[in-house]
Parts: sequence; C-alpha cells; structure tokens
Amino acid sequence: MRENQLAVYFHKREVVVPGQLLADGRYRASDGTYDTEDGKVYSALVGLAELRGNTVKVVPLEGAYLPKEGDLVIGTITIVAGNNWKVDIGGPYLASLHANNALRRPYSDDISEYMDIGDVIVAEITAFDRRSGPFLSMKGRGLRKLEGGMLLEVSPAKIPRIIGRRGSMINMIKDHLRIQTIVGQNGRIWIKAKDTETLRLAIKAIRTVEEQAHTSKLTDRINNMLEEALSSRQSEAQSMSKEGEVKETAPTSSEEPVEAETPEVPESTSDSADEEGEDSTTEGSDETAEPKEPSEGGTEETAVAEDENQPAEIIDTEEVSEE
Amino acid sequence: MSPEKRPDILISPEGLRIDGRRIDELRPIELKVGVLKQADGSASIRQGKTYIIAAVYGPRELHPRHLTLNDRAYLRVVYRMATFSVPDRKRPAPSRREKEISMVIANALAPTIFLEEFPKAVIDVFIQVIQADGGTRCAAINAASLALADAGIPMRSLIPAVAVGKADGKLIVDLGDEEDKYGQGDVPMAIIPTTDEITLLQQDGSFTREELIEAMQMGINSCKYLHELQKEALKQSYVTKSEDGHSEDDDYEDDMETDLGESEIMEDE
Repeated sequence: MRENQLAVYFHKREVVVPGQLLADGRYRASDGTYDTEDGKVYSALVGLAELRGNTVKVVPLEGAYLPKEGDLVIGTITIVAGNNWKVDIGGPYLASLHANNALRRPYSDDISEYMDIGDVIVAEITAFDRRSGPFLSMKGRGLRKLEGGMLLEVSPAKIPRIIGRRGSMINMIKDHLRIQTIVGQNGRIWIKAKDTETLRLAIKAIRTVEEQAHTSKLTDRINNMLEEALSSRQSEAQSMSKEGEVKETAPTSSEEPVEAETPEVPESTSDSADEEGEDSTTEGSDETAEPKEPSEGGTEETAVAEDENQPAEIIDTEEVSEE
Repeated sequence: MSPEKRPDILISPEGLRIDGRRIDELRPIELKVGVLKQADGSASIRQGKTYIIAAVYGPRELHPRHLTLNDRAYLRVVYRMATFSVPDRKRPAPSRREKEISMVIANALAPTIFLEEFPKAVIDVFIQVIQADGGTRCAAINAASLALADAGIPMRSLIPAVAVGKADGKLIVDLGDEEDKYGQGDVPMAIIPTTDEITLLQQDGSFTREELIEAMQMGINSCKYLHELQKEALKQSYVTKSEDGHSEDDDYEDDMETDLGESEIMEDE
C-alpha cells in the first residue's frame, strides 16, 4: 500500500487473479501482466503481484514450463534422429540437441553410441522463439549426462522458490544432507544421496517447499525441519549403536509416500546397479563413479573432472540461480 | 423420478418462481478450485442442482499433428454429459448437442486466453456434466474459466456466464430446467467483465427488441456478481493452502525480500 499515491491496486505479494487491475499510470507491464491502451496494468495469472521500480510483475503459482534462452534444464532423450537428439524437457515443446553441440568432433555416425533413448541429461537452452526450437547445448560447465541418482518433478513455477535467493534454499538443503543436486528450470530436480533416508529427507524438504511456496519464512522452517530430522536420526543411530536396521523416526518423513515418487524417467538398469553399489560407500568415492563413462565429448569430461574436486558439488545450482 | 409434467405457472402471482426465487435471483452457487489432483488445473461448480467438473491440461504437445496452428495454441474443449446426469439416461455416444456446446464454450473462452504465447501447442479443457438441471453451458464456462486460471494459463480475465430467459412473459435470470423447457425463451450469455465485451450470446424463443436489451442488461449484472464469486473462489484456494501450513504469516511483509521468486528477479539485473 506504500505506493498508494501512484495508484497501485495491490499489496506487495498479494494473491491476484487474471483480470485484476494492478496499477494505473506510468507503470510498465512485465511477466504475468498485460497493459491496455489507457495505461492500466492487469494481471494475466493467478500469482503474487510485485512492484520493482515502476515495473509490475506477477510471479506465477502454477503453469507449464516455457523454455527461455539460457535456462538450465534436465531432459530425457526420446528420439535419436540422424545428428540430433530429441529431448523431452517437459512443457509443450520437444527440444533438439545437435551432436555438434554435445560431442567433440570427430564423432561416430551413430550418435546413439554416446547417448541413447532414456538417458537423462543436463543441458542449456541456446535458442527458442515462436518459429523454431527449443535448441539445446551441452557445451558448458556441468552440462552432461546424468548417472545414478533420481529425478523429482515439481511444478516449474515453484523452481525459483526451491532455489531461493542466490541459491539459499537449495544450498541450505545440500549443506544439511550432503547430497548432490541439479535443479533444472523446467521443474526437474536431480538428486543423488548417499543413502535412501537422506534421499527421502531431501524429497520431503523439496516437496514442502513446493507446497508452501507462497508462504513466508520458508527457508527458516525448512532449516528447522532438516535440523530436527537429522538430530533425531543421529540420536537414533547412537541408541542403536549399530547400523543394522536403522529405522526412520524423523517426525513426519515416514509418512511421506516416497515410493510413489520414484523417478518418472527410467534410468538404465546398469545405472541402478551402480547406484546400489555406491549407496554404501562414502561420498568421495561416489564421485569417482562418474568418470566411468568416458566416451562422451570433452565437455563432459571437464565437467566431471571439476566435480571430482568438489565433493559437495555446488556449481550447478549456482549456475541456475545466477543467470 | 416421476414423469415430469408442465407446471401450471412458472411465476406465482407474488412474483416468485417455481423454486421460490425472485426473477433476478441466481440459484445458490458453489465454486471450488483445484478439485482434481491429476489435472494441471481444475474447478467444479454447483449451481442449484447442476453439478459440473472442468479439468484443464496443458499447454502441451498437440496430437493429432494436423490440427497444429503455427501462430497460437489450439483450444480444445470437450463438453460431455454423464449418462446419469439427466432423468432419462443420456446415451453415451457424443451427440450433436455436445459438439455444438463444446464449440460454443471454446469460442466464449478463447478471446481472453493469450493463446499466441503457446504456438503449436494445445490447451485441453474437459468439461463433465455430472448432474444437469438447466444452464449447463453457462455453468461450464464459469468452471472452465476457473480451471484455466488454476492451470496457470495467462488470460485477460475470468469469464462469467449466465442465462437469461422469459417465462410467463417475464424476464428471469439463471433458468432452471423446467423454466428452460416450458418457458418462452432462453438467452445464454458470457462476458469479459473488465471490458463488458460479450463472448457468448445465443437465443432461442422470441424476444422483442426491448426485451432482449433488458435481458442482456440483467445478464451483465448477474455476470458481474458471478465474477466476484469466481475471484473469491480462486483466491480462496490459495489462501487456505497457506493457512494450513503455519500461522506466523502475520509478518508476511518483513520477510518479503528474502525469499520467493528471487532467482527470477535476479535475472533482470
């Protein structure tokens, strides 16, 4: 209500609906809003209205993924066609990845040797407009084929909140649980944890953020939730004193239907076998499992090499949030 | 149900209708948003005995491909009535009437949706009439509009719709089944409330010019009221979600800068 004199018709962070008048006067319409000839700005979405300078925007609460140049996305290869992979990145459009943008030349004529149907990749969107695209590239830091771990699908509209301000949310989750994650702007989150319980906790944390995305003090609440869960797990482990049958007693995580949330994207069987093996090992050695796939182009190799030096891998999400 | 027979009078000498309503009174309306988990967006409406559920999927890839529009999304509306929605079992095959109403609803909704933001894609709207008691096409528009908003599809405005009709020589709002069947006419209409544009206007029965103009004015007034109900229902579906979480939402204002949507904002910088 602070800008009352300039005719802004919403509270900061107010839930607004399509067609709601937001501002009148010298205001600019941006994402989630539209303006009319008489200078009025209306909401086009259900979301939270915000004013930055004289620009009005509505942060959506729901919605399909719309590709944007520079977005980091996680996709599944669905078709191998000549020199192109067609990649499902969610949303209405199938993305293309040309071999030149993924492999170092020379490469074999049959590009399915490098990546095949069902493989999950992290890539960047290099071009998208109304006529064509989206087009992907895997040349860049951290862009690679994903091995092991699992994919979690969330609403793409909730991704900014899951990342948090400069990665605060996701980094906090990572620091607590010592997991590897990559958050794609298309609503897919790759998680690799050292054991199932940590994975469950990570899923629970992310799902909670997703459900309560439009509430405040979320980072603190998630922080408390994880701390509580971890400490109760620790005391549990101490009382048991053996790692035999460690049962999950974190207040709520056992209620979470984790089984239903197994990866929607099928990973190849060899991967899951790898994963079984890794589960029991420490974090450091779990990194070394990655270079097992040396056949990919140079980009992947460098990316993996960097990962090796960084056990708690932070690079990927930082890239997302700092675009 | 006993076989229906024509009621002797549709409007009593006191000016009340069969179900006791005044001539410009809507039936009790209950709107709910987000009633289906699987759909991207959904809503239900109860309007008197009429009960309808609308589900929205998309924008998503369009099949079959030949329907693709290169400059905008294709809005595909499917209106169906359940076999048990009417006293005489409705035959399950898609009827001419259902196809027509599907098209009419699509035409009523399309002007508000920013279809051009999703070229080549499809937005699917499925409307299922669970129980029919007159005014289903208007109720369906009310629900579908909410479901579209719930799916996060950008649109200029919600669309309210209502039918105005004539019975015993008097104009009445929001016809029930009997008033529809035995009345003298029926004018379903839908408007864009922000601009007062009309996106649906049909008529059966005969109206004089003056009657039609008055009927439309009554319809617009009722639509504005319905629009308020729609906005309330939509906001309600998000407010309750946040309340069941935590109660310290009082200090909403202070915390604002720290969280939500920040990574997106940073992109602007």
